[in-house]
Amino acid sequence: MSASPSTHTALDRGGPAQPLLLLSGLKKHFPIRGGLFGATVATVRAVDGVSFAVRKGETLGIVGESGCGKSTTARLLMRLMEPDAGSMVFDGEGVGQNAQTGGITLKEYRRQVQMVFQDSYASLNPRLPIEETIAFAPKVHGISASEARGRAHEILAAVGLAPASFARRYPHELSGGQRQRVNIARALALRPRLILLDEPVSALDKSVEAQVLNLLVDLKEKFGLTYVFISHDLNVVQYISDRVLVMYLGQVVEQGPVEAIYDRPAHPYTRALLASRPSMDPGMRRTEPPLTGDPPNPINPPSGCRFRTRCPFAEGVCAEREPVHSALGGGHEAACHMAEPGSGHSQTGRLAA
Amino acid sequence: MSDVMERPVTATANATPLVRLRDLSVRFVSRDATMHAVNGVDLDLAAGEVLCILGESGSGKSVTLRALMKLLPKSACVTGGIEVAGRDVQAMNERQLQDFRGSDVAMIFQEPMTALDPVFTIGQQIAETVVRHECVSRAAGMARALELLELVQIPSAKRRLAAYPHELSGGLRQRAMIAVALACKPKLLLADEPTTALDATVQIQVLLLLRKLQEQLGMGVIFVTHDLGVAGEIADRVAVMYAGRVVEEGPVGAMMRGPLHPYPRGLLGATVHGGMRGQRLTTIPGAPPSLEALPTACSFAPRCAEAEPACLAGVPEPRSPVPGRSARCIKVAAG
Repeated sequence: MSASPSTHTALDRGGPAQPLLLLSGLKKHFPIRGGLFGATVATVRAVDGVSFAVRKGETLGIVGESGCGKSTTARLLMRLMEPDAGSMVFDGEGVGQNAQTGGITLKEYRRQVQMVFQDSYASLNPRLPIEETIAFAPKVHGISASEARGRAHEILAAVGLAPASFARRYPHELSGGQRQRVNIARALALRPRLILLDEPVSALDKSVEAQVLNLLVDLKEKFGLTYVFISHDLNVVQYISDRVLVMYLGQVVEQGPVEAIYDRPAHPYTRALLASRPSMDPGMRRTEPPLTGDPPNPINPPSGCRFRTRCPFAEGVCAEREPVHSALGGGHEAACHMAEPGSGHSQTGRLAA
Repeated sequence: MSDVMERPVTATANATPLVRLRDLSVRFVSRDATMHAVNGVDLDLAAGEVLCILGESGSGKSVTLRALMKLLPKSACVTGGIEVAGRDVQAMNERQLQDFRGSDVAMIFQEPMTALDPVFTIGQQIAETVVRHECVSRAAGMARALELLELVQIPSAKRRLAAYPHELSGGLRQRAMIAVALACKPKLLLADEPTTALDATVQIQVLLLLRKLQEQLGMGVIFVTHDLGVAGEIADRVAVMYAGRVVEEGPVGAMMRGPLHPYPRGLLGATVHGGMRGQRLTTIPGAPPSLEALPTACSFAPRCAEAEPACLAGVPEPRSPVPGRSARCIKVAAG
């Protein structure tokens, strides 16, 4: 493929220090309508004030349980839905603005940001041979049909599917792992800078999962990509990410470099999540689960700190005030009263060290 | 702790096994193709033992489990001996099966929302089982249902008796399904990936609950999973399936420390765990075989790094280098 590093530098506008994507105060609430006249009876606070940055060339892992807002965040990132509030800045330019205000249009944004979905079958058009699927987006963006097909063949080879035998196949003629490779190829077809991977390996068998993870690592290097990797599998996220973001009920509770999050988790939720991983060693079995109960419903999240209903350290202050993000050094921050000096929590400072 | 985990297989070997599978084969015959889903599985389960069947999709693990309860569709061609609690499952008629399912054997499924009936309350569904099998009154059945919900640690159990499945969270629904399965104190519990759809913090709760209940009630459990970590948490013994055959069987600790067969060895290497950052993952090349033709050689040979011409000569017989462990690989020393 001809996407040399120089084309990326040409695209790079803000310089290396400028985050590739900067999100601040992103919110998405879904109204639940009911009653006779369809009035709004409740609101699902799927994403409730999420701010983070994706740095150039990194892999940012996002972890959390179902209902924590990971997938809504992904859809907002991709602008598959409009956020209710908050702003998105892509390499220094506001997303979704027009040429007069100096932003980046949605069409151009989506050329630079692509997504890979979890369900490899549902996300491919069953009536198109895979080369047509891959060539579709380049054609939409004004590349001639023959050139787009040539590019599709190059990318198929790059993801490990020989174009001669695969290009004319339909999605149902491929295995799950091969289909996920096609999805990755389609995402690469526009030569994007950021790829959003929403549980890309969760539906695959273990032996195939490792193949796809290796491929993702190779492609990132080859094409100079930046990844946002969403998964519920903590081991996979630890393997692939440079920085990790932990979400709980629509909010970011902790973020930082992968070593800091996995070796020195500060938020009680992160600690419980990490301790919940089954160990492969039968000699290390536990008798008590790290957490009890299910994640609460995001329709009526608890007041103050949203984790307090399941937190073993919860105190009065946790119900009264929402914790702020406290820096723990090295870009590691946690939203917990115990990490915030002077918050009034009796265990404050125990974590700060 | 570890001696509890590695309960010697020999201790219970002289008693009649709870489950005895001999040369179980299942074929699905349709107009276009025949799928050889299970091809000669021998398995024993002692009373009070937890066996994990580990395998990837299409390995035949769920089909084996369903055959034990005769839950497969009529189109499935099942051969071989299936004995559960001393009874021949294959020979049972519909009426005998109704008595057998629920009282001797019970099953829990991956997706509680589709396994539970959406139009009956949790309490009614548990009581129904109790009333059917133990011929007690509806009120007594409801009282049992309450005990069971407390047993599976559902908070405010009394209120939850009147709840419909959609009113419960995923973890509570899974607990309710376990309560339905345990209603008549089965000797054998079959679990088909019961924690796969759950969140991490809930999965570990349900796994620990299942292990506690198994010890408390002395049930035999066959647990189907694709997750090595889950097997590590719950199993006494593991049987690894590939292309419809058990390729390796043995105590969980020994299996995890050093698998005999190249397939579980590759699986362990390909499973991502902590401390692998920056390293390249070892993978198993290729994909599992199609089961449209009955395998005549080692099914894993095309993906195996150690394969040699002798591997294609025939289906390897199980070899047992140490008592209690066996593997279907010609490279394993016969004991």
